[in-house]
Amino acid sequence: MSSTLLRTTPILRGALRASGAVKPASATFVRGKATLPDLPYDYGALEPHISAKIMELHHSKHHQTYVNGLNSALDTIGEAESKGDFTKAASIAPLLNFHGGGHLNHTLFWENLAPASRDGGGEPDGSLKKAIETDFGSFDSFRKQMNTSLAGIQGSGWAWLVKDKSSGNLGLVTRANQDPVTGQFVPLLGIDAWEHAYYLQYENRKAEYFDAIWNVINWKTVAQRFEKP
Amino acid sequence: MVNIGNIWQYLALQSPLQSLSGDQLNATKMAVTTYTLPQLPYAYDALEPYISSQIMELHHSKHHQAYVTNLNKALESHLAAVAGTDIAGQIALQQAIKFNGGGHINHSLFWQNLAPAGSEEASPSAAKELVSAIEKTWGDFEAFKKAFSAALLGIQGSGWGWLVKDGPQGGLRIVTTKDQDPVVGGEVPVFGVDMWEHAYYLQYLNGKAAYVDNIWNVINWKTAEDRFLGSREDAFSVLKAAL
Repeated sequence: MSSTLLRTTPILRGALRASGAVKPASATFVRGKATLPDLPYDYGALEPHISAKIMELHHSKHHQTYVNGLNSALDTIGEAESKGDFTKAASIAPLLNFHGGGHLNHTLFWENLAPASRDGGGEPDGSLKKAIETDFGSFDSFRKQMNTSLAGIQGSGWAWLVKDKSSGNLGLVTRANQDPVTGQFVPLLGIDAWEHAYYLQYENRKAEYFDAIWNVINWKTVAQRFEKP
Repeated sequence: MVNIGNIWQYLALQSPLQSLSGDQLNATKMAVTTYTLPQLPYAYDALEPYISSQIMELHHSKHHQAYVTNLNKALESHLAAVAGTDIAGQIALQQAIKFNGGGHINHSLFWQNLAPAGSEEASPSAAKELVSAIEKTWGDFEAFKKAFSAALLGIQGSGWGWLVKDGPQGGLRIVTTKDQDPVVGGEVPVFGVDMWEHAYYLQYLNGKAAYVDNIWNVINWKTAEDRFLGSREDAFSVLKAAL
């Protein structure tokens, strides 16, 4: 995951590879830049459940803005650090959280989706299915609970199916704005409840979007995240 | 129309709970306050081309209506929880009251502080005292607009930006609030700008800076002046009376 989130540009990668095990003197100044990940499907691939226009704006504009904001926050922190201005560095924390969270959340989200004609929709199977039934009663009950969580978000935010690192149990959490899922939880499945995720198609009828998105959930990705030790 | 004392006339209609007799409800006389959607003081397309008719219609008839509906529901449940001395139930409802009540207050203030571009109200010359105070505080009017716009664009997620009059000296301040948190901390709200995506997305998409640039064409400076010269009590008196 981290490789898709923070990756060096090809040129930097080449330079690093060429340098071999010998650490160049300038190594501390070579830092990976966050880049916008490619979508694993076309903008129109999630139609009719999520429109091509929404996907294009969401990916190429909104996500790109988080990527730019993250790089800008990291640059500012790096400059402040190099000047010993730790007060300035600390003051950037909210921007780092917002843009870094936005980049992380959207990257996880795109991988959580797939065209209904391919891996999208349906129900999970195997150990993930069992865990959902154990922790939520049934798949249907899980879906209802997640939709209730989504509908209850007051303002912008996300709802996540998470795995508790210590107990291994599944749970539902919501996060405000772009706050990422961190700490004790592993994010398995996230649904974006920001208005920009649905408004052009669903307007104020967000419950319709929360119903429709289940047709394009990629359960393979969720299972992979769940099974990862 | 924009007299500060009249603002809440749009908000509140008090109607007693009809089904509860004194025997059924052995508490002190209680009434549930039923809020209603205020009429817009202009047509849905009156703010074109800066705010589209489609946005205004959805924003008012769907979004604002949902806050009103859910506020009334929450207050009714709260009343039942009070009658049933269910303290846990009352506490559980507080966030819903704050969110939906805030949404109702904020949007009611917002509609009133907008006006068709080119109208007398939409010119800062309709707010002589306020503009003078703004110039005293920010140096000049453009510097204020710049500061206010930057505050709006700095909001992370859904929220509002407000110019408020604060404290005994009536100093002006720019504040931002998250989600539907209302400006109810003691300040007088002079005017507010809605930065939820639903306020601009159908027209401006991700270009919220253009929305912020354009909103200055439709600020109702007459309303802003009245609020600036009035008191907080004026702004909220009708609402308080209804509670």
